[in-house]
Order: sequence, then structure tokens, then C-alpha cells
Amino acid sequence: MNKISFLKNKAKAVRRLLLTSAFKGKSGHIGSALSTVDIITALYFKVLNVNPKKPKSPDRDIFILSKGHGCLGLYSTLALKGFFSVKHLDKYFTDNSLLAGHPVYGSLPGIEASTGSLGHGLGMGLGMAYTFLGKKQKNHIFVMLSDGECDEGSTWETIMLAGHLKTNNLIAIVDYNKIQSIGRVKDVLDLEPFADKWRAFNWNVLEMDGHNMSEIVKTLNRAKLSKKGPNVIIAHTVKGKGADFMEDTVDWHYLNLTPELLGRALAQQQ
Amino acid sequence: MRKTFAKTLVELAKKDKNIFLITGELGYGALEEFWQTLPKQFLNAGVSEQNMISMAAGMAMAGKNVYVYSIIPFATMRPFEQIRLDLCYQNLNVKVVGVGAGFSYSMYGASHLASEDIAIMRSLPNMTVVCPGDPLEAKFATIASAKHKGPMYLRIAKAGEPIVNPELKHFRIGRAVTVRQGRDATIIATSNLLQNAVEAGKILKSTGFDCRVISMHTIKPIDATAVLKAGRETKAIVTLEEHNIIGGLGSAVAEVLAESGLKVKFKRLGLTDEYPKIVGSQKFLRGKYNLNPEQIVKIVKGLK
Repeated sequence: MNKISFLKNKAKAVRRLLLTSAFKGKSGHIGSALSTVDIITALYFKVLNVNPKKPKSPDRDIFILSKGHGCLGLYSTLALKGFFSVKHLDKYFTDNSLLAGHPVYGSLPGIEASTGSLGHGLGMGLGMAYTFLGKKQKNHIFVMLSDGECDEGSTWETIMLAGHLKTNNLIAIVDYNKIQSIGRVKDVLDLEPFADKWRAFNWNVLEMDGHNMSEIVKTLNRAKLSKKGPNVIIAHTVKGKGADFMEDTVDWHYLNLTPELLGRALAQQQ
Repeated sequence: MRKTFAKTLVELAKKDKNIFLITGELGYGALEEFWQTLPKQFLNAGVSEQNMISMAAGMAMAGKNVYVYSIIPFATMRPFEQIRLDLCYQNLNVKVVGVGAGFSYSMYGASHLASEDIAIMRSLPNMTVVCPGDPLEAKFATIASAKHKGPMYLRIAKAGEPIVNPELKHFRIGRAVTVRQGRDATIIATSNLLQNAVEAGKILKSTGFDCRVISMHTIKPIDATAVLKAGRETKAIVTLEEHNIIGGLGSAVAEVLAESGLKVKFKRLGLTDEYPKIVGSQKFLRGKYNLNPEQIVKIVKGLK
């Protein structure tokens, strides 16, 4: 099996865990999580220097899911990678669980920051990146933002300072699925010309199809090697990717799975 | 008090390279020595307080002992959610230093007044709230803050306050300082009103009234032992703060007393749940809210 097929299979496994956990917990935000899966899979199974056996290793690469509501993509990937037992996923979003509907720092190994309120993750990532640059460490900080999150003023405060400080170990990834919570981005608050906005703040901009695995790996690695940073990858994605009835729909920001829909979605991950 | 904080932090940071200071583009006349002598431990994050707090959180997660500095409303209220989630929820080692306690910026309007900060910071789990009463307490508090692990709010005044308790030798976060012993009543003051509390205590003494004066430099955790002792041993308690009477020192003391079963007369002095309607100096505004020594004396005597 070549490396790309391996990653594609891992992404399918992540989606199966994600869908099953969302069904068991009766949680929403499924579409928001599915759009992130291919990228997060590529990060943990190919790009990031991380070791589940040493989750606090000081030279590790760090991934922050700033769009915390998409947590199931992260949780499922961390479990599959071996950071914690899949059993925790079974309890996600239920009583007496360690896994909340948004990531909680330190709740389980591999969860690097508490997020949930939008517009915080990139700032924390900048603080880490700036510190590691000062220590001349070689590790990278990846922060995934939602497109809706780019409405937040605090996001742009961070973008401005990171551009000024030239933190080339900081890589932002925007999950640009073009749909925010109750509407399409272009109708709610249009971000375009999006790439130009980042460039104007002195970021190096890369773009990719966020579901094309070979392009994802290539672009993530390019961003990692780039010295022009900070780097942003605008990832063109599809909300609900992988479950045909969810794809590019606004409603699946919130809807829950029925047993029938779970079966239909799982059948598409073979 | 502000200069004492800055000078003390320079001394600490020279010895401990892990200390890092971020300003939100403020500190003219106070932070120059820090940024000139320790440029690698200093960052001006620009006028962007939300990012400043998130960034401080990230630096603390990467191992730094971080101080962030701004005028109180911009240090505590503008980035409140970042303080709540990034610092307190994650329980990180970041000290939020707010300058301009109470009426320090009295001529500048309510945008620059600090009248709700203690209430807001005190409500946050994991947050420690320290409000030194004079430059000596500020020095001790700064030294203690560097050793403290976890989020802390340090409320600093800037009117060139005098040292009012030169005898202070031992300082512990959460342990109130009894500046003057007394049996008839107790004044509990915090932050920059310590001076007026001490003055009032002297005036009272000269009239034969034996008033205890306590510096409650830590609002959270409140020193319940000192409050209860005062409640048992004296007949009345008056709290002084340049802060709204809702949610600050007075409320913290009232919470202890209300749950104690003690019967003691009690009065909170501070802003009476309003923004000052008129402009004036710190002393002038204190006068509007019965916070000058002669006014305090009258109220303490009236309670007994």
C-alpha cells in the first residue's frame, strides 16, 4: 500500500469513529468535524512530529484545534493514533466523560489547548511559536481555524502580530468549508478576497483542496519547510465531507444522526 | 506603587530568565528599564489586549512565567473571555498586572477607572486576586507573584503612594496584615485606600477610639480568619475600597461574616454602584464616596 492509500484508509477509519461517537453521544457539529478529517489525519499520521507514548515531549509539533466545536475529528484521530483508548470515544458527550463537546486542555493526552470560543486558538499558537523561536527550537505549531472564526476581531489581532513577528514556525490552516453556523459565509460575512487579506498582514499564503490527500500532504510539508512565514493554508473543504446527505449543507452544523443515517454514512466509509 | 512593581520585576527577571513581560502598548515612565535591560524577555504586543492574553497563555503553555501589563480596564475587561478561558480554565501561570487602581485615572473618565475589576476577577475559578496597599506591599506581592503558580490578578495603583506600613516584614498571599491593633471597631482596607484607613485609625486613636486597621491585600483567597477574628473581637467592621461596593472587598468580607453567625455591625464604603457623574482629582472623588479619612472616622464612630 502506498502512503497516500494508507492515509486515505486512516481517514475512513477516523470518519467511522467520528460518526459512531456522534451517534452514541447524540451530538451535533458533525458536518464541522467531517470537513477537517482528511487534514487532521494527514497531520497526525504523516506530517506532525508526535509520539503518543511521549505526548508531552518538549520538541513535539503541536496541533491546536481552534474551531473546538469540530472536536470529534481531533478526538477520533488521537484515539486512532494511540494517544488514548477508543473507549473514551464511546463515552464522548455523555455523563461522567472526559471528552466534552469542545477540547479541554489536559483532559486526555494529546489535547494541547482548551478551545470552544472562537478566536482564541491562533493567539495561543502564536505564544507557543514565539516562545519556541526564542529558544531556537525546531518544532512547528499548527492551528486549525474555521472560516466563521475569521469573523472574530481577536483572530485578526493575532494575524497582525504574527505577521509583524515573522513567526515562521506558526502555520494556520483555515477549514474553508464556506458554511458557518446558520448560513453560507458569502451571505453572512463574506471573507473574500480572503487570501489577499492574509497577504496584506504579511503572511505567506498557500491554498489546497482539503480532501485531496496527496495535495494535503504536499502543502502541509511545504508550509513546514517554508521560511517565509508565518504561513496560512487556506484549505478548500466541504462541510459534512464523506456523508453524502450532509455534504455542503447548512443544517448539518447542528443535526443529529438517526440509526438509519448512521448506517448510510458508515456504508460510505468502506 | 507602579514604579516599585516595575523595579521589582526587573530585579526578579534578571535572576530568572523564564520571566517574560508583555505590554499592551502601555507603561511609559514605568517599564523602560525592563525593555532596555531585558529586551529578550519583553514584547510590546501593540494595542490588542485579546491577543495579548491568548499569546501569554501560549507562552505559559510553552513554559514561560508570563506577566501582561495594561491599564486595568484594558487588562481585565477588554480581554475578559481570554482571561476566563485561556488563563483560568487552563489554569496557566500568567499574571495579569492592571495599573490604575480605582480612581488613579480620575480625570480621564470611567473608561480608565477601575471600579468593577476586583468583582470580575474574583469570580473566576483558579484566579488569585492581589491588591497591594502601599509600595512595600507591592514589592512583596510582586516577589510572591513570581513564585506563585497559576493565574493571578495584580492590581497596582500609580499616584505615587507613600509607604504607610514600613514595619511590614512578612507577606503571604491570602494572609491579611494587621497594621494597627484595636478593640472598638475594625477598618478593613484594600489597595490604594490603605493610606486613608491608617490615617483614619490615627485620628480615631487621638479621640480615644481604639480602631483596628487591616490591610486586605489579597481579596481572593480572602483571609477569613482575620475577618472572623475582627468580627469576634471588635464591635463593627467597615470596608474601604476604590471599587464598586458590589462584588469587591466589601462583598468578600460580607460573605465571610454572613456565613459565620457572628453579630457585628458592618458597612461597605466604595462607589455606590454608579459611574462618577462629575470629574475631579482622586481626593475629590474619594470625598464624593466618603472615602477620605475624616469621613471614614465619622462613619466608624456612627456605627458603634
